[in-house]
Amino acid sequence: METTKHLIAQLREGKLATVVALQGGHLFQERLRSLGVKEGKILLMVAKHPFAGPLVVEVDGRQITLGRKMAQRILVKPQAP
Amino acid sequence: MKTIVLMGDPNVGKSVLFSRLTGVDVISSNYPGTTVDFTRGRASSHGDTFDVIDAPGAYSLTPTNKAEEVAVSLLDRADVIVNVVDATSLERCLPLTIELIERRQPVVVALNMWDEAEHLGISINVHELEGLLKVPVVPTVAITGEGVRALVQRLGDVPISDRPGSKNRDEVWSEVGRIVRRVQAIEHRHHTFRNRLADATVKPGAGLVTAAAALFALFWLVRVVGEVLVHRVLEPLFELYRVPVMRLSEWLGPGFLHDVLVGRLIDGTVDFVQSLGILTTGLFMPFGMVLPYVVAFYFALGLLEDSGYLPRLATVTDTFFHRIGLHGHGIVPVLLGLGCKVPGVLSARALETRKQRFIAITLVGIAIPCTAYTAMVFGVLGRYGMRYLLLFYGTLGVVFIVLGLLLNRLSREETPELFLDIPPYRRPSLLAVAKKTWMRVRWFLSDALPLLFVGVVVASLLDAIGLTHALARYAAPFMKMWFDLPGEAAPALLSGLLRKEMAVGMLVPLSLSPAQLTIGITVFALFPCVATFGVMAKELGAKDMLKAVAIMILTATAAGGILRLVLVGM
Repeated sequence: METTKHLIAQLREGKLATVVALQGGHLFQERLRSLGVKEGKILLMVAKHPFAGPLVVEVDGRQITLGRKMAQRILVKPQAP
Repeated sequence: MKTIVLMGDPNVGKSVLFSRLTGVDVISSNYPGTTVDFTRGRASSHGDTFDVIDAPGAYSLTPTNKAEEVAVSLLDRADVIVNVVDATSLERCLPLTIELIERRQPVVVALNMWDEAEHLGISINVHELEGLLKVPVVPTVAITGEGVRALVQRLGDVPISDRPGSKNRDEVWSEVGRIVRRVQAIEHRHHTFRNRLADATVKPGAGLVTAAAALFALFWLVRVVGEVLVHRVLEPLFELYRVPVMRLSEWLGPGFLHDVLVGRLIDGTVDFVQSLGILTTGLFMPFGMVLPYVVAFYFALGLLEDSGYLPRLATVTDTFFHRIGLHGHGIVPVLLGLGCKVPGVLSARALETRKQRFIAITLVGIAIPCTAYTAMVFGVLGRYGMRYLLLFYGTLGVVFIVLGLLLNRLSREETPELFLDIPPYRRPSLLAVAKKTWMRVRWFLSDALPLLFVGVVVASLLDAIGLTHALARYAAPFMKMWFDLPGEAAPALLSGLLRKEMAVGMLVPLSLSPAQLTIGITVFALFPCVATFGVMAKELGAKDMLKAVAIMILTATAAGGILRLVLVGM
C-alpha cells in the first residue's frame, strides 16, 4: 500500500493518481490550478516522452503538457491498481 | 457606439464566436507597446452597431504573460464584457467569470460548446447559474451559430451583478467549487475509442507518425488548393492581361523602358515566367504564382490550428526542439515560416529567451522554404521528378538540424520547459478559418508583397544599367569552381538576392543540368528575401543580425559546396 507522497515522474503511462500537493512559485501553482490541476483531483498519466521529454497528464478530461522539472512539483499519491 | 469585449480562457471558442458576431470588416491590431495582436470587428443588432474586440485568451485577471496583460487592459474599453465559457470545463472557466463580475462591469456569460457538453453527458442548470452569478447566462454553440442571436439580444441592457465580492484567491476557488456542485451534473464519463485515438497523437511513437502524416496532409492540401486557384483563376486572368501588355510592348518599341517594364519577348510574345519585366514577370510571380499558394497555405494552416492539433504537435516535437535550443513552441515560427518567413520571424517574439529567439529567427531565415519559394521550386525542379525535389528538401532539412545543433552550443543559456494546455479536438469552423485566412492574406498583400516588389524594381534597374553583369564577372569564377554553376548564372544569383522568387525563373533559360539547377536553387533558398531580411534585422538588432548574416553566408557556401560534391563530383 502506498501512503507516502510520490513524484509524478514515477507514475506510469495509463495510471491514475490523486494530486496531494503543489510546490513551486505562486504564479506557477496558480497556473496549474487554473488548468484544473488542484489538490484532491484525480490525474491520469497520458504520455511520457523519452529522453527527459515532456509529460502529458489529464485532469477532468482536459490534458496539459508540461516539462519534467515542472511536473516534479506536482506531488501525487498513486491509486491502487 | 458600444464596445463589447470577448473575454475568456484560451481555446473556448472565442474567435469562432467573434466571427459569428462580426461581418467581413475585421481588422487585426497590434496592442500599443506590445507584440500581442487582437482582432476587432463590427456587429449589429436591431439597428444598433457594436464594436467587438476579441481579446487574447486569459485564465485570470492577474496576468502571467503579455497576452494576458493585454486582455486585461482591453477590459477598460468595454461597455459590455462577454465572458466566453467552455461548458465542457465549467470549473476551469468560472474563476475568470467571478473575477470579471467583481470588476463591477456589465458581464454576459456565453456558455459555449453547449452541444459538446450535452454530448459528454454534462448538464448545467442555466437558471440556477444565472441566479448564483447574478448576470445573464446564454448557452451557445458558436460553430453552428446556435444561441448567438439570443446572446446579442441580451447585450442591450446588462445589469451589473450585485454579488458580494470574494476576498482572496482561495475564496474564489472555493466559491467556484460551490457553484459547480450546485449547477452541474455529470453522467459517468467513459474513456471512449475516440479519446484513445486522440491520446495516441500525444504519445511518443504514434504521435510522431501522426505529426508526419499531418504535415504531409497540410502540404498536399496546399498543393491541391493552390493548383486549382492557379489554373482556374489566375492563369486565365493573366491571359486576358496579355493583350494590353503586348500593346504596350509594341507602343514602347525596343529600348531601356521596354527592358524594364516588359522585359524580353520570347518567341515574339510575353512569357510571364521568363520575360522579367516589372509589368510582366514582376506582376505574375507575386500574384499568379505566389499568392494562390499563400492563400492555400493559410487556409490549410487555419484548419490545422482550429482543429486543436498544434499543441499536440508542439508536445511530440518538444524533445527534438530542446536539442536545438528551442522547445515545442518552436514549431510555430517554423510552420508560419513555411507560409511566409516574415510572420515566421515575427512569431519568434513569443519565445521566452534571447537565445531561443536568435535560434528560431536564424533557422527560419535560412532553412525554411516559404510557400512562394516552394511554388517556384515545384514549377522548375518538379519536371525532373521527385529525386531533385527530395534532394532540395533533404538538404534544407539537414541544414536546419545541423545548424540548430550548432547554434544550441553557442550559448549555455538553458531553454525553459514546455507548459501547454491541450484542448480537445474540434471540427474547425469554415467561417472562422476563412476569416483568419483573409486577414493573413490581406496582411501579406499589404506588408510583405510591396517590399518584394521594390526588390524586383531595384533588381530590374540594376540589370538595365549593367551593374549586375559587371559584378557577376567577378563572382563567376568562384561560382564555377565552388558550385559548378556556369558564368551566366552569376547575374541571376546576384540579382536573386533582391528578387528571390524570380531568380529561380532566371535559371531556367540557362539550360543547366538538373543537378546544377538543384544546387543553384538550394543555395538561393538559404538566403531570405528582402522583406524577411528587413524584419530579421529589426527583430535581432544590428549585432545579432551581423552574426545571422555571417551564418547565412557560411551555411550557403558549405551546403552548396557539399551538394556539388555529391551531385557533380570534384
